[in-house]
Amino acid sequence: MASALINVPAKAKRGDIIEIKTLMSHIMETGYRHTASGEIVPRNIITSFTCRFNGNEIFRTDLFPAISANPFITFFTTATESGKFEFEWIGDRGFSETASASISVE
Amino acid sequence: MVATRLMTRRDVARGIAASAAAALPCPAFAQGTARIVVIGGGFGGASCARALRQLDPKFQVSLIEPNQTFTACPFSNEVIVGMREMPAQQFTYDRIAAAGVAVIAQAAAKVDAQARTVSLADGTSLAYDRLVLSPGIDLRFDALPGYDESASIKMPHGWKAGEQTILLRKQVEAMEDGGTVVIAVPAAPLRCPPAPYERASLIAHYLKTRKPRSKVLILDAKDGFSQQRLFEAAWKELYPGMIERIALSQGGRVTSVETASNTIVTDFGNYVANVASVIPPQKAGRIAELAGAADNTGWCPIDPASFTSKLVPNIHVIGDACIAGQIPKAASAASAQGKACAAAIVAMLSGKTPETPRLSGACYNTVAPGYAFSLSGVYQPKDDQFAEIEGATSPVNAPRDLRQREAEAAESWFRTITVETFG
Repeated sequence: MASALINVPAKAKRGDIIEIKTLMSHIMETGYRHTASGEIVPRNIITSFTCRFNGNEIFRTDLFPAISANPFITFFTTATESGKFEFEWIGDRGFSETASASISVE
Repeated sequence: MVATRLMTRRDVARGIAASAAAALPCPAFAQGTARIVVIGGGFGGASCARALRQLDPKFQVSLIEPNQTFTACPFSNEVIVGMREMPAQQFTYDRIAAAGVAVIAQAAAKVDAQARTVSLADGTSLAYDRLVLSPGIDLRFDALPGYDESASIKMPHGWKAGEQTILLRKQVEAMEDGGTVVIAVPAAPLRCPPAPYERASLIAHYLKTRKPRSKVLILDAKDGFSQQRLFEAAWKELYPGMIERIALSQGGRVTSVETASNTIVTDFGNYVANVASVIPPQKAGRIAELAGAADNTGWCPIDPASFTSKLVPNIHVIGDACIAGQIPKAASAASAQGKACAAAIVAMLSGKTPETPRLSGACYNTVAPGYAFSLSGVYQPKDDQFAEIEGATSPVNAPRDLRQREAEAAESWFRTITVETFG
């Protein structure tokens, strides 16, 4: 079962640079491997990760088969106002997961 | 010297370091007078020094080791929980000296690979024909923010047996019932890969019998680990609900520690410990780096056929410090490497090609008194690296008497290897 881990500071001062960390459990099957009987193991990866803050997209990345299982994505942003970060992972076989976290900016 | 010149030429021709050349026949010289210096008196170095004297009593073998007493790491997890006392872990170098090895109770300060000399802490120097480095590990006190040498007093790693083992034991003994012991495990490579989980098991055993409301939390920078199914089955059977493990993919990688509040920080959480055992990332013992034998990983690349360094001529590296492919960093591996390295040195000094080594190693894990399981392997060089060619692990579903027999086998293994090395 997919599960997301999120680390967003609960509080920050306006203008602070903050680090956001995410980890999504996912097999990230490349599509290049074969079973013992020679059949290809179908690709099953996360293809896209997006972060929105108060509805506006602030970070997006595309993922490819070379990326390891359980992608750990971390990035920095500037704290401008209090609000809500929303995270979304989309992938093969209709994979879709979301998570969110709030920040209070003084 | 002719041998040196040959190696140099090969280096230039191939654009690689001297090890491959060193593994090939080089002109024999007066073997009887060969001076071999071994740095580090653990299972690797002591076995090697002793084997060299056994193979050729004319060799002048020196063993440089600053500690007068050796404290063994295997079984030291049992000392933490009072199943064993420290003197049972300690051995002297008397018998090694009696075997004709010059035991020099000093630290090596410098290696000059060109002049083929080792400088000692007191300023004297020793010349060698072949140098064996068996320096074990150093803890990387620069790798985990907040975890330096002084932090290791508050949050003992216990990854070099001795004072650290006792510090951790005292903390576990002093902890009140209901507390949490947190064990932080680094990513591979590390000395004795299954030992963090053995430690968790034995601490759980201690807590179950003395402080049953307490817990053990493992914060792990790895997803899978050695003998995982055996450990997890034992935890379920012996310590239900007492041991929790947060793996890498669950956010278990420790990123910093704060000693003042005894807090361990991961990418996704803060954990306040009653007792914290923080095992930091590791590297080859310092002298390996000073000798130029360690690469940018902190470990020492070797030619597996002869343990010769790929970076510096006339130097061999054995034990935890070397990059030995699939061979785990463990006492029995170091001991086997020490003997194989001694045989390779004898061959090389008499102008022969060392025989391809075939090393076997065993690793026992005790999870409760009278309950142990094991892993054993046979390793040989393959594609310039050691590969496991045979391996066996205890069955996951096995009757309790097998675990009992393995616990006895573990004790017997320890007696054998320590007698063989130090007795």
